[in-house]
Amino acid sequence: MDVQTWTYSIVGITFMIYIAIAIWAKAGSTKEFYVAGGGVPPVLNGMATAADWMSAASFISMAGLISFMGYDGSVYLMGWTGGYVLLALLLAPYLRKFGKFTVPDFVGDRYYSNAARTVAIICAIFVSFTYVAGQMRGVGVVFSRFLEVDINTGIIIGMCIVFFYAVLGGMKGITYTQVAQFCVLIFAYMVPAIFISMLIAGTPIPQIGFGSEVVDGGGFLLDRLNGLHEELGFASYTDGSKPMIDVFFITFALMVGTAGLPHVIVRFFTVPKVRDARISAGWALIFIALLYTTAPAIAAFARYNLINTVSNQQYSELPSWFKTWEGTGLLAWADKNGDGAIQYVKGDPFAGKPAFTGEKGELGQRLLSNETTTDNANELYIDRDIIVLANPEIAKLPAWVIALVAAGGLAAALSTAAGLLLVISTSIAHDLIKKQLNPNISEKSELLSARIAVTVAIVIAGYFGINPPGFVAQVVAFAFGLAAASFFPVIILGIFSKRMNKEGAIAGMLTGIIFTAAYIIYFKFVNPGMNKPEFWLFGISPEGIGTLGMLINFAVSFVVSRFTPAPPLEIQELVDSLRYPKGSGEASAH
Amino acid sequence: MEKGKLQEYWKINLRYLIGLLVVWFVVSFGFGILLVDQLNAIHVGGFKLGFWFAQQGSIYTFVVLIFVYVALMNRLDKKFDVRED
Repeated sequence: MDVQTWTYSIVGITFMIYIAIAIWAKAGSTKEFYVAGGGVPPVLNGMATAADWMSAASFISMAGLISFMGYDGSVYLMGWTGGYVLLALLLAPYLRKFGKFTVPDFVGDRYYSNAARTVAIICAIFVSFTYVAGQMRGVGVVFSRFLEVDINTGIIIGMCIVFFYAVLGGMKGITYTQVAQFCVLIFAYMVPAIFISMLIAGTPIPQIGFGSEVVDGGGFLLDRLNGLHEELGFASYTDGSKPMIDVFFITFALMVGTAGLPHVIVRFFTVPKVRDARISAGWALIFIALLYTTAPAIAAFARYNLINTVSNQQYSELPSWFKTWEGTGLLAWADKNGDGAIQYVKGDPFAGKPAFTGEKGELGQRLLSNETTTDNANELYIDRDIIVLANPEIAKLPAWVIALVAAGGLAAALSTAAGLLLVISTSIAHDLIKKQLNPNISEKSELLSARIAVTVAIVIAGYFGINPPGFVAQVVAFAFGLAAASFFPVIILGIFSKRMNKEGAIAGMLTGIIFTAAYIIYFKFVNPGMNKPEFWLFGISPEGIGTLGMLINFAVSFVVSRFTPAPPLEIQELVDSLRYPKGSGEASAH
Repeated sequence: MEKGKLQEYWKINLRYLIGLLVVWFVVSFGFGILLVDQLNAIHVGGFKLGFWFAQQGSIYTFVVLIFVYVALMNRLDKKFDVRED
């Protein structure tokens, strides 16, 4: 069978499984719709959390990013895993004991204020939409490359699948589909990694393989890679080039942001007991760590393979994957010195993204209309998203492995999209309509409005997927920065400080958000030309500024709360009751 | 539950948290970032040690930390009889 047939079969089978689960797990009450009835076993909840968390970005882009950044890519590895320690130790068990459905619920009740609740709702919706647009785009990319349908058709197919199980099953449908999606995505990620590790390092365990010697002799893989990098003028692979303070702040912002993301936190409302919430974070991290410790291995193998395959090779002798990806525009070659071979060294080959003239050169390469740069000899443009998707082809793996990667990418994108859409619909149906606009709404109407809210959210997300605003990539920093500067401090203080009152919390959230948002907007949108280390505050990039926003939030909350009255007695008793597990009961709306 | 006992339970919990978070900070921000150049002088197999902590070791430690906390807290819950049935 060829790649195309394999892909259609594997993707078709996985989609049928997702739909079957959706029908089986239909939600009958708001409780099932919002928190899966609060009865998900911890191991399964861990898997669902892992699938929810690992998005198209983790699956498709992360290994590629690390491949090009080397040591600097560690910010993502540590940042996107370390947050689970904070979740398990500082947030999950207490929020589970609190026993409501959402983060705005906690903020509104703990700070006895609908103003605080509203700020939390706006943040939750903004963060989730930012994220979901990227997922829909990921679905489209995978469809267009592997199933050769139009990118927009791909997005519409993806929307229909998510619509089916999110609207029908709510959190219950989503959770059990995510368990299946986790299995698909982790299998799809590990199989090519194991193959490549065998080929390059001679061991089936990629985590060990990338610290081993290469099988063709000539020393350790990472030493060879550093040697190649030095030869070609790149920064050393294992040392990186970002300033230490920026690495520190970005890692911290990603960790704290992870712990503050509403679609991650809500997962811990779905387990039966407080102790299940603790261990479920542990299971989630084990499942996430499987992929996250494999990613840097794939990154190093792919980098090594790529340089060896293309550097100083004649274009006419390159393997066929090079031309396939050149066809998608994610890869381009400008033969600056006219020798017919690829020179791949440090520097941009030309300004901006490739713009093809539509004509072919004498060797068959797609010609470009970009103005080539003259300050370096680099001739190759590579989009980092290629790395994971093309890796199996570069390593000449069998057709079914390539098809598997397509199914895995779809599973990663769909599972994350579904989790985010649910947060949006809960925020609207529960936090806004039930808690503020119409408290007397019946269970049945609330469930109906939640389903309508998911539907509207899917349509909006699909629209952004088809017409991506140019700033999707830019606003990811926003999502983490805002979560770090708003939700994280407000929840931590709500649990660990009995003295914290609504004045402190609201003042802290507002200063944290405004500071962080202003910094990011200034450098990313208002004055992008100034987005360079020498202009940054203390040398902190917009990606890392959420850490400072969080510190400002903590400081302002603390000071303001000391000058304003202590919270009412019943709130102090509520905080006391969060601190021990007994009597947690089931998650409830009242 | 009586107040004094609850306070004691909470104090022990905070002690566990501080201990585990110190380890969390040291393996990631300490070994993986602040001390990375010093540790990179040490080689383990094909890895420089600082680089290994940044891309592998810190993640393994995170997993262990959560399970240690779960075990400690389950024991504490039993001892203070605040465990859910």
